[in-house]
Amino acid sequence: MVEHRPWNDIIAYAILTLGVFIVAFPVYLALIASTHDAATVVGGNMPLTPGGHALDNYYRAVFVGGSRAIREPVGQMLLNSFISATGIALGKIFISILSAYAVVYFRFPFRKTAFWIIFVTLMLPVEVRIYPTYKVIADLHMLDTYAGLIMPLIASATGTLLFRQFFMTIPEELLEASRIDGAGPFRFFWDTLLPLSVTTIAALFVIQFIYGWNQYLWPLLITTQDSMQTIVTGIKKMLYTTDELAEWQLAMATAILAMLPPVAVVVFMQRLFVRGLVETEK
Amino acid sequence: MEKSVVFNNRLLPYLLLVPQLIITFVFFYWPASQAVRQSFLREDAFGLNSEFVGLENYQSLFADPGYYKSMLTTLVFSSLVAALSLSIALLFATQADKNLKAAGAYKTLMIWPYAVAPAVAGVLWIFMFHPTLGTLARPLRWMNFDWNPLLNGTHAMILVVMAAVWKQISYNFLFFLAGLQSIPKSVLEAGAIDGAGPMRRFWTITFPLLSPTTFFLLVVNVVYVFFDTFGIIDAVTGGGPAGATTTMVYKVFADGRLGGDLGGSAAQSVVLMVIVIALTAVQFKYVERKVQY
Repeated sequence: MVEHRPWNDIIAYAILTLGVFIVAFPVYLALIASTHDAATVVGGNMPLTPGGHALDNYYRAVFVGGSRAIREPVGQMLLNSFISATGIALGKIFISILSAYAVVYFRFPFRKTAFWIIFVTLMLPVEVRIYPTYKVIADLHMLDTYAGLIMPLIASATGTLLFRQFFMTIPEELLEASRIDGAGPFRFFWDTLLPLSVTTIAALFVIQFIYGWNQYLWPLLITTQDSMQTIVTGIKKMLYTTDELAEWQLAMATAILAMLPPVAVVVFMQRLFVRGLVETEK
Repeated sequence: MEKSVVFNNRLLPYLLLVPQLIITFVFFYWPASQAVRQSFLREDAFGLNSEFVGLENYQSLFADPGYYKSMLTTLVFSSLVAALSLSIALLFATQADKNLKAAGAYKTLMIWPYAVAPAVAGVLWIFMFHPTLGTLARPLRWMNFDWNPLLNGTHAMILVVMAAVWKQISYNFLFFLAGLQSIPKSVLEAGAIDGAGPMRRFWTITFPLLSPTTFFLLVVNVVYVFFDTFGIIDAVTGGGPAGATTTMVYKVFADGRLGGDLGGSAAQSVVLMVIVIALTAVQFKYVERKVQY
């Protein structure tokens, strides 16, 4: 910094420590709750140190389900979340890299129109058109299917814009050279464009995986069978049971499990994540 | 910015566009146009008959005090969340920016709540502040404060705001930090040589240079509060108590649930669409122009 003032550093560290504490505390508390038995958690005097029921709680949450309620174990929900999040990420990458390729590397009538048709989707998140979209899915008999969980959420322009922007930065000489070597559109795509796009694809995958994993309203609406619900929608049902006490320790164990995959993605693929986040917002 | 070297195939580009166009039409344009159509219809409870009622759905919508209440709730909610999460994130970002060595590590420690689902964030916060078992509700009880977000609308709003702010700090922090790090240090040094202290330098140099980032984040935050907080509200309060946390998006969901008032719900969707399109237009018009450094 410009001048050196020791107390300034101390204040900075104090504020940052406070920040990390605020950010981490709710999760710490959930982690602690997931290691105590039901009585300790519900009693209202839960200690701030771990208890001895961690294995029991996580085992029951993942494989058995609630003790009184007839409820799916979380294992199936985790699988559903994983399939739909991966499906959303891969689906979006697939359709958007193709359409961006068409828009950037070809000249054809209605090119601008096609681009705008896709671009407009940026403006309306699925929450706004929720019931009509539900009806479309019902008419197509896609309720309670993975396709129904995935397809409406990949109808968005973010990926197309991201790839378009990236393709624009690729030097034209590459295409010229490929064409001199006799490469057609398929060869150019496979041998040149795709290898160059690996980082962009990975960044988009990271962002879309988190987006897909954390979906709430849409899976809530279109899944009626418990065996199809995702983990994020499943937690709330554990808390608001109509005729019995909620099993908070299991709900907290589920919350930890629901956070783990996307948080791990952010922490371990931080550079890709930041890149994806910044670039999709441009 | 257009490529001058391109392929000349006639059919291929259309084939490449087909998957995205089909998905966009089936899952975007068709439902969106249905929402507009439905907002002019009245359906019976079984969805068997519908008749054209013109603007009746809109008239009853704008005659409904509950709708104005949800507008006010949305306004209060989004201003509080945007103002708090932006200022807290800016505070943390300016502190992290002071020490470049630590900034990288702090970034990791600060950004991960972005990955927590809104609904999960809501569950974490209701657990902390649950009136009977919440760890942080305990000290409030000792102080004889009658804390109950399940029954008191103001308390419910405070809780939902805290959960929404908690989740959004990481995102704002990341963009503020990037914005701060792109401000040339020489400008700040020049200010220091002219005798400006740290606070003065922040308000007269850093903050104005940061304004494009702030403005961009403001729009993003408002959109976030409108849509992504649905999960938080549903998990923490379910729109209650007595509609105290029912935002406009939550009302679209609640009114149309179980085939309830689909026409009214659709009319609300259309109003929301107009608002979001206006917000996006503002974003494109001003953000593009103002990003200059």
